[in-house]
Amino acid sequence: MAAKTHNPKAWLFVLPVVILVAFNALIPLMTVVNYSVQETFGDNVFFWEGVGWFEQVLHSERFHASLLRQLTFTGIILAIEVPLGVAIALTMPKKGPWVSVCLVFMAMPLLIPWNVVGAMWNIFALPDLGLLGRAINGMGIDYNFTQQPGSAWFTTILMDVWHWTSLVVLLAYAGLRSIPDAYYQAAKIDGASSWAVFRHIQLPKMKRVLTIAILLRFMDSFMIYTEPFVLTGGGPGNSTTFLSIDLVKIALGQFDLGPAAAMSLIYFLIVLLLSWIFYTLMMRNEAQ
Amino acid sequence: MRKATWLAPTLYILFLMLPIYWLVIMSFKTTNEILSVFTLWPQDFTLENYEKIFTDSTWYNGYFNSLAYVLMNTVIAVTAALPAAYAFSRYRFLGDKHLFFWLLTNRMAPPAVFALPFFQLYSAVNLFDTHIAVALAHTLFNIPLAVWILEGFMSGVPKELDETAYVDGYPFWRFFLRIFMPTIAAGIGVAAFFCFMFSWVELLLAKTLTSVAAKPIAATMTRTASTSGYELGLLAAAGTLTIIPGAFVIYFVRNYIAKGFALGRV
Repeated sequence: MAAKTHNPKAWLFVLPVVILVAFNALIPLMTVVNYSVQETFGDNVFFWEGVGWFEQVLHSERFHASLLRQLTFTGIILAIEVPLGVAIALTMPKKGPWVSVCLVFMAMPLLIPWNVVGAMWNIFALPDLGLLGRAINGMGIDYNFTQQPGSAWFTTILMDVWHWTSLVVLLAYAGLRSIPDAYYQAAKIDGASSWAVFRHIQLPKMKRVLTIAILLRFMDSFMIYTEPFVLTGGGPGNSTTFLSIDLVKIALGQFDLGPAAAMSLIYFLIVLLLSWIFYTLMMRNEAQ
Repeated sequence: MRKATWLAPTLYILFLMLPIYWLVIMSFKTTNEILSVFTLWPQDFTLENYEKIFTDSTWYNGYFNSLAYVLMNTVIAVTAALPAAYAFSRYRFLGDKHLFFWLLTNRMAPPAVFALPFFQLYSAVNLFDTHIAVALAHTLFNIPLAVWILEGFMSGVPKELDETAYVDGYPFWRFFLRIFMPTIAAGIGVAAFFCFMFSWVELLLAKTLTSVAAKPIAATMTRTASTSGYELGLLAAAGTLTIIPGAFVIYFVRNYIAKGFALGRV
C-alpha cells in the first residue's frame, strides 16, 4: 500500500457521510441514554433514576435467560454455517457457465425480505400443511415447532442456516478465486495432498474474507429479530425469545422505557465488545 | 474425489430451493386445497391470489413503497459514500481511523435498539410515514457498508492514475467523475447491490417508521397473516412476488457478487 498523503481537506469528503450517520446514530443513541437514566409515568414527566435501571437489567433473570439463548443460538449457527460454507465454496466449480448458475441460486435467500423468510419457513415447516413438517412426522418423529421448544430451536437454526450460509459461501469463494493458479501447480508438482493444499494455501488465503464472514454472521445473528419473530413469535413460551425479541417486547409491548433503554445500551455494548474481541483475536492470528 | 465435487453444491442448492418451491406452489393453490389435502403440485391451479394482489391497492402500493425507499436509500448511500471512501483510501487526516471504526460500529447497532428513538426522531421532524424517512434510516447501516466496500475497491486502483490525471490538467471533480468512477464501476455496482439487498430485506425499522402512505409490502403481509388468519395462499403469493426484484438484481450483478467483499479490506 502506497503511503497516503496528509490532507486535512479530506474532512470535506467525509462530511456528508458523517452528517447522515450522526443524525441517525447520535440523536437516537442520546435518546436511549436519556431514557436509561430516568423514570417516567407518562405525560412527558421524567424523574432522575441514575444507574438503577442498569442494575435492574444486569440482575434480572429474564435478561440472563435471553442472553444465554442468544449466545447459544449464535454459537450453534456459527459452528454450522462457517464450516459448511467453506466446504461448499471448495467444491464449487472454478470456471464455466455453472459458476453463474450456482451464484445466482445461492444468493437468492439473501435477497428475500426477512419476514418473508419467516413466513416461508412457517408454511414450509407446519406439521400438518408444510412439506418439512409432513416429512419429519412421516419419518415417525413427533415434530411441531409451535408447541415443542426442541422443534422450535431446530426449525429456527435450520432456517438461519438456509438463510445465511450462502453469505459465507460467497465470501469464501471470493477468497478462493483470488489464489493464483501457479500456487496449485506448485502444490501439484510437490505432490501435496488436498488436505495440505487446503491447510497451507487455501485457508491462509481465505483468512481475511473469513474474518469478515464470521464478524458479519456474528453481528447479524446477535441482532436477529424478524425471522424468529415471524416463525415462532419467540415461543413456545419463551424458548426462542432472543435478545432483540425480548427488547421489543419490553419497549413496545410493555412500554417500560427506562429498563428497555438500559437493556438497549447493555446489548449494544455486548455486541461491540464481542465484535472487538473476535476482531483482535483473528487479526493477531494473522500477524503470527 | 474428482467426480463427486458437483454433489455438495447441488444438494445445497436443492436444500435452498425446497422452501421457495413450497412457497411458490402454495401461491397457486386455492385455500380449500391447502387446508383439505396435502399435494406436492396444485391440483386446482389458480391465479386468484395474484389477482387479489394486483387489484387491491393496499397490496400493490406496498410494492411501490418498498421499491421507492430502497432505490432512494441506494442512491443516497452510494452517492455519500463515494467521496468518503475516496478520502479514506487516498488521504490521511485527523481522526481518520477512528472515524472509519465509528462508522463500522453503526453496522453493529441492533435495529431493535433504535426502533423507538427513530420513531420519535422522524415524527419530530415531520417525516413519519414517508419514503425518505425509511431511506434515511436505512443509511445507518448501509453507508458504513458502502464506504467499506468502495474503499476496498478504490485502494485497488494505483495512485498513479490520480497523479497522471492531475499532471494532464484534469480538475478534481472531472477526474473523479470521468476517469475514477468508470474505473471502479464494478465496485459501485457491488456497493449498490449490497445497499439494495439490506434495505430490501430489513423490516423492523421500515415498519416502525410507516403507517399507511409508505407501508412496505412485507409489513402488509405481516398484517394479513395476523388479522385474517388462514390466508396462506395469498400470503404465499405476496411472498413469491417479493422474491422477484431480488432475483432480477442478482442476475445483473452475478459476475461481481463474489468479488464484493473480497476486495474490501478490514
